[in-house]
Amino acid sequence: MASPTTEPADPGQVGRRRFLTYLVAAPTLTIATKLTADAVAPAEAEAAIPTLPQPAEILDLGDVLTLSCAPTAGLLVLEITADGRARLQLPRCEVGQGISTANAMLVAEELDLPLDRVDVVLADARTELLFNQLTGGSNTMRSLYDPVRVTAATARARMMAAAGAQWGTDASRLSTRDGAVWAPDGRKAGYGTLAGPASRSGLTIGAVQPKAESAHTLVGTPTSRKDARAMVTGKQVYTLDLDVPGAMPVMVRRPPTINGTVKKVNNEAAVRAMPGIIDIAVVKTGVAVMAETFGQALDGKDALDVTWGPGTVDGENNDSIKKKLQAAALPFVVPPLLTQYVDGEFDFAFASHAPMESNSAVADVRDGSATIWAGLKSPIVAKQTIAQELGLPENKVTVHVQQGGGSFGRRLFFDAALEAAHISQAMKKPVRLMWSRIDDMRHGRARAASHHKIRATFALGQVLTFEHRVASVETDWSHGLGEILTAFAAKLPVGGNLSFAQTVFLLTIKSPYNFGVTTQLLNEVPLKFHTSAWRSVYSANTRGAEEIMVDEIAKKLGKDPLQFRREFIKVDRQRAVLDKVAELGEWGKTMPKGFAQGIAVHGEYKSYTACLVELDARDPKYPRVTKATIAVDVGKPVNPRGIQAQMLGGLTDAISTTLTAGLHIDKGLPLEGSYSQFHYARQKNSPPDVTVHVMPANGEDIGGAGELGLPAPVGAIANAYARATGIKPRSFPITFPVDFDPFPR
Amino acid sequence: MPNYTFVVNGKTVTVDAPADLPMLWALRDKLKVRGPKYGCGINVCKACTSHLDGEAFNPCVTPVSDCAGKEVTTIEGLADGEDLHPVQEAWLEQDVAQCGYCQPGQIMAAVALLKKTKNPTDAEIDAIENVCRCGTYFRIREAIKSAAAKM
Repeated sequence: MASPTTEPADPGQVGRRRFLTYLVAAPTLTIATKLTADAVAPAEAEAAIPTLPQPAEILDLGDVLTLSCAPTAGLLVLEITADGRARLQLPRCEVGQGISTANAMLVAEELDLPLDRVDVVLADARTELLFNQLTGGSNTMRSLYDPVRVTAATARARMMAAAGAQWGTDASRLSTRDGAVWAPDGRKAGYGTLAGPASRSGLTIGAVQPKAESAHTLVGTPTSRKDARAMVTGKQVYTLDLDVPGAMPVMVRRPPTINGTVKKVNNEAAVRAMPGIIDIAVVKTGVAVMAETFGQALDGKDALDVTWGPGTVDGENNDSIKKKLQAAALPFVVPPLLTQYVDGEFDFAFASHAPMESNSAVADVRDGSATIWAGLKSPIVAKQTIAQELGLPENKVTVHVQQGGGSFGRRLFFDAALEAAHISQAMKKPVRLMWSRIDDMRHGRARAASHHKIRATFALGQVLTFEHRVASVETDWSHGLGEILTAFAAKLPVGGNLSFAQTVFLLTIKSPYNFGVTTQLLNEVPLKFHTSAWRSVYSANTRGAEEIMVDEIAKKLGKDPLQFRREFIKVDRQRAVLDKVAELGEWGKTMPKGFAQGIAVHGEYKSYTACLVELDARDPKYPRVTKATIAVDVGKPVNPRGIQAQMLGGLTDAISTTLTAGLHIDKGLPLEGSYSQFHYARQKNSPPDVTVHVMPANGEDIGGAGELGLPAPVGAIANAYARATGIKPRSFPITFPVDFDPFPR
Repeated sequence: MPNYTFVVNGKTVTVDAPADLPMLWALRDKLKVRGPKYGCGINVCKACTSHLDGEAFNPCVTPVSDCAGKEVTTIEGLADGEDLHPVQEAWLEQDVAQCGYCQPGQIMAAVALLKKTKNPTDAEIDAIENVCRCGTYFRIREAIKSAAAKM
């Protein structure tokens, strides 16, 4: 690798960050960019009875993740190949959120190269990136927007310099368009022919700045997904579509309770004799069966007779968990003695992440080395942990990041990759590991159940205090910041996961309102379920419940839910999205009996949204959202079409978890084992009328979008339900019977 | 093990498999036709939806022996070479896919619906049970209507 070549002249241009770019020795032009961050600016606050700025307003989780990427030589790699294409190695995991397309747009924009000539590949686990290969916290575009543009701008500058040298023309007189450098006299040289000369280290370029945002022609315009064609033709390759030579199907028989152990396999010989069975191995998590096909592996694992040891939560069921959570919710500070007040208590059930692609991985552990393929949002800690557990040096473990079939937080954890590695090591063969849907739902990860106590006091039309006490089953943060040191810290008995959880809570949860003295506190109960951050982490339940209380406070004060919010909202951008949905969704229009509108707002990660729904609750047991209007302000929308998709996903998640989708825990295991039982929304539950309005760029920094879309519709749907039925929603999902025969354990 | 011969995406194939092996695994593991996806194995998520003699079917619960002598079309066989089926085109136009994993099944379900009815009502679209965990349902609905208008 060569020494640093350039630095932007005006760091302000790229938002308080400075970059060093490197030229990497390669036959084609390969640019690597190192980023450092300087500071983050505090957010603003306004009047009514002002609420002091909360931590998440000053510094949010995304900021911390961005800062954590800074000192680690987060080298982004961009190549210009001899066929005139650009290829970005993205140190993140595409799981459907559209980051491959959005980053390709940044590259195409900066290079003046058509989008269809930009390739984005997911980088293998790169230990040297430390914190800079974690996909989470809605942070990909926030952390990569500047670095990717600077990297591409540097490649462009080098190609202009190379063309200038060839033509004896000063590079400043040259321009770029359509993947070529052009001279004033009309001569042109394609990037493909310049890639070689531009990679010579003798070439000097001046200070590099990305394009002015006002000059953007692609970034900011609605753009379709680059991988859409592969998806609609069945050519998109997910982990189990890979063809790794010799890797045969494996499934695992799992215990009857979470974290149960294998004591004895009683009929191994009989199962080995079944058609298609190749091998059987006992691993920590269960009994692995390899077969010619997954169908036969499934039959084999179902036929196993195993004696099991107990798990970690065998005595737990929904009621016992609820009692523990209620006991754990911290007390209110403000007694409701001298003022009017409203109190509310809320319960949210466990919710499976349930990505369509069940937990899966391919692993080849032989001859003192390991190669792993899986959809991984924290591949570095995956690699480090696999090396540690297999007893291999880290440099003998290669982890390839595959595009995932959904995640919603699930693929922060690498349990399938680790399990596949153990099985491959035990069987001494390459393996294709797939979890059954039943196992994915019962032994996979879930959003932790939570209990909420909220109290607001008010007098003379003003809210004086707003207290929210959250008690949650522990959310597992043992992936740390994506590498092993912080992952280890998150496992320490003192501090450990609970401190990590507190930090995340404080860095993500804030109230959008001036409600006087506001306190939002989390207390987690360390029950050993398999959990993981679920889209929007603590916000869906915490902010969703708060938006319900906001309607109830407004009602007590005799105010319209929209007008009340307008009056008490702290930030103009938050009020603007609220006004937009009120206008587009015709807030206050007359609704037939049994129907109602509901409205709510949410802000996180420097972005703001509001949602207005119409709900048909003529049958209060089976209400349907019939229309949704959403407005979203992310400061700087890179791909409005992708942002709309994320908001649509958040809406559907909210419809599901608010109305029908949850897990019942019974004797240490979820009863739900498939989509016929865990009632995630189907087409018939989805509104036929959805509008997502993306606010134009407003000069603000780029905000997060991936998780933003969930909490506001949770509040809006619940509020519509209350208005339509007169029933105060308190327990979620609202309709939650055990309307099925559970699968055998 | 017995042999079963059938046509997959226009090509005659023979697989050696137990009679009760679900077709999904004959396709994915034996023939390496991996467009149809596993999502549940019990015909509730419908991610594997494909066509058997032109009708929607779910290979995860259809024994390979039931497919003998029949014509199977998976997502890979829907386009005519590089020319996409109008439903696939509509999926691109509406930018439906997010993670994309369920979309082969969604598209095959939509094609089957449009074969039965040229202008499906909202109620008929509601009857499609395929799960999309990314929650793209609204765009799926719009794409089906757009495809119907063009077909």
